[in-house]
Amino acid sequence: MRVALFITCVNDTLYPRTGQAVVTLLERLGVEVGFPDAQSCCGQPQFNTGYRHQTEPLVRRYATAFRDYDYVVTPSGSCAAMVRDNYPRIGAKAAAEGRGQELADAAAEAVPKTYELTEFLTDVLEVTDVGAYYPHTVTYHPTCHGLRMLGLGDRPRSLLAAVRGLTLVELPGAEECCGFGGTFAVKNAAVSAAMGADKARNITATGAEAVCTVDNSCQMHIGGTLARQGSTVRPVHIAEILASTEGNVW
Amino acid sequence: MPSFPRAADASTRNTQLRANLRHATHTIRAKRATAVAELDDWSRLRAAGAAIKDRTLRHLDHYLERLESAVTAAGGHVHWAADAEEANRIVTELVQATGEREVVKVKSMATQEIGLNSALATAGITAYETDLAELIVQLGDDLPSHILVPAIHRNRGEIRDIFAERMAQWGRPAPEGLTDAPADLAEAARLHLREKFLNAKVGISGANFMVAETGTLVVVESEGNGRMCLTLPETLISVVGIEKVVPTFQDLEVFLQLLPRSSTAERMNPYTSTWTGTTDEDGPRAFHLVLLDNGRTDTLADTVGRQALRCIRCSACLNVCPVYERAGGHAYGSAYPGPIGAILTPQLRGTGSEVDASLPYASSLCGACYEVCPVAIDIPEVLVHLRERVVEGGPASVRGTRTVIKPAKGHAAERAAMRAARWTLDHPRVLRTGQRLASRTRRFHPRRLPGPGRAWSDTRELPRVPEESFRDWWQRTRGESRTEGRKTT
Repeated sequence: MRVALFITCVNDTLYPRTGQAVVTLLERLGVEVGFPDAQSCCGQPQFNTGYRHQTEPLVRRYATAFRDYDYVVTPSGSCAAMVRDNYPRIGAKAAAEGRGQELADAAAEAVPKTYELTEFLTDVLEVTDVGAYYPHTVTYHPTCHGLRMLGLGDRPRSLLAAVRGLTLVELPGAEECCGFGGTFAVKNAAVSAAMGADKARNITATGAEAVCTVDNSCQMHIGGTLARQGSTVRPVHIAEILASTEGNVW
Repeated sequence: MPSFPRAADASTRNTQLRANLRHATHTIRAKRATAVAELDDWSRLRAAGAAIKDRTLRHLDHYLERLESAVTAAGGHVHWAADAEEANRIVTELVQATGEREVVKVKSMATQEIGLNSALATAGITAYETDLAELIVQLGDDLPSHILVPAIHRNRGEIRDIFAERMAQWGRPAPEGLTDAPADLAEAARLHLREKFLNAKVGISGANFMVAETGTLVVVESEGNGRMCLTLPETLISVVGIEKVVPTFQDLEVFLQLLPRSSTAERMNPYTSTWTGTTDEDGPRAFHLVLLDNGRTDTLADTVGRQALRCIRCSACLNVCPVYERAGGHAYGSAYPGPIGAILTPQLRGTGSEVDASLPYASSLCGACYEVCPVAIDIPEVLVHLRERVVEGGPASVRGTRTVIKPAKGHAAERAAMRAARWTLDHPRVLRTGQRLASRTRRFHPRRLPGPGRAWSDTRELPRVPEESFRDWWQRTRGESRTEGRKTT
């Protein structure tokens, strides 16, 4: 099977360690991965702010960049959901506007092979114990798009439960949004900050050393809020926990 | 009305409001989840509710004409109102024809939407709200801030003070030494309202459903005050949005399960009142139905946005919405707050005003509203669809005419930035150059951002730009030859 990494613009620019962890983890599990250089952003910031037409070249780019692969794996529930939920909509709307089937075809090609990392591990590789070791107390924040758009359910939790040395503690109000929401964090700064503050307070109250997510963007918002509050809880992407081993604690 | 972000900026700082809202929404939220979990066919009921509404909306003209015939045959009178002004004029004239100067009202979102009370007041007619929460809002010169619990933003102490200070000006005063015990507050309201019910000659209501085949209107409620308004007066005027029609009486079976569990977390609401035209020797002598459009036909013309017309006003979306919980209902500047208000109001009123253009952005798109909606309205989908209308304009139906609307004002800089970002992202080499520049200058990055970014750095630390992007790391460690991916078996 030919597997490509989709390392999203946020991962690539601000959180390269997450991408490196994905590479480490998948290679350890015997998957050889490629990184097509032509890849870019999924277009979610533009689409969710109302600039649908600006996302069209990025839909096309995505389909072309990953054309030669069987699977596309991304460490972002949000970006995977963008491809799976919104690419077909973008294609359908372009067709309805009389601009042909090209985008709809691009979406049809991209959608079925796009997997969020934890889905790929549990559904395609069919592993829950990835041989990880992470000797820390961790709480898990299920990000909204992973939870509700992708329906990840217990997948991330079951992966974390199999990590040796890891103590998983429940997060109160886990399923409540952290308040990031892309441009929402800037357009509605007061509400976003209030949501973030409540989330950070709940995280700190668990006594965990780290808070785990499946999205760097939520991690950026939560981590930024925790840091401003002077909290010592570390935000960490699930890939970094799963990449960690006894010989190499991430 | 200020834009949503400005209004919410003030309300999120009101700690009492935040505490009241948090307590109330979390309580209802938990109860609703339990009530819904009791039914093993909830997802099928939800699909049935959505399907009935969609089918009815597709043939709305047919069912409305059928409804009109049935209501007329049962002795009622049907009036058609294209907008708020026409609806207010019709109702005012109907009240004036009775010679009365006072009316009692059942809680009604439609009359809130058109501002009926103030229109009546201008004509010298006083409307008394009889729903307990609406009474609190009216006595406090306030506005409702929730669909189901209009006074959700008030706590018991505040309600006691409002009753003690204001009841006397509207009728029977509050008892001496009124406490903030719920039973005492309810008793004070009961005594105050009884006077109104027994004197009123005209009642005004909305309706939760209208049944086309029989011409029957339905109100579901918890207190019984609505039933008093529906049965005691001589004249009853019901103002109802045209989307509230359902084809047959049997369709109610689905909605009378979906609505109470989603709204009050009850298996069955305490009072379900139905009325069909007029009946000799029982109930009102005259019945008028005012069918309200006020933007609904325009909403129906939008193939994505029309799903908002499925709404049965249960308010489950408000109770799970993290944005509503912090901002409160008033920040939405409309009769319909919360997620449903954020998609319904800009469709009914258009996106021309500052507040209406800001409403589609009053969401983090977390999707909790869609998950709880008993008629499966994909609120995030409609929010994004309306955002596009705000920033790019496009085809829309305005007062029944297809037209192309212009983008809302104030998005030129954002549009330019989005275009520039898209161009960069569509040219990975440019993106790489930008990333390298950011990495090289990382020591000089400010801890606080200027411009719109300030909103971020005021309350959150900025992430540090790493020394090397993933792209560069891959190239350095995997090399050019492997950039396009290793072919594997």
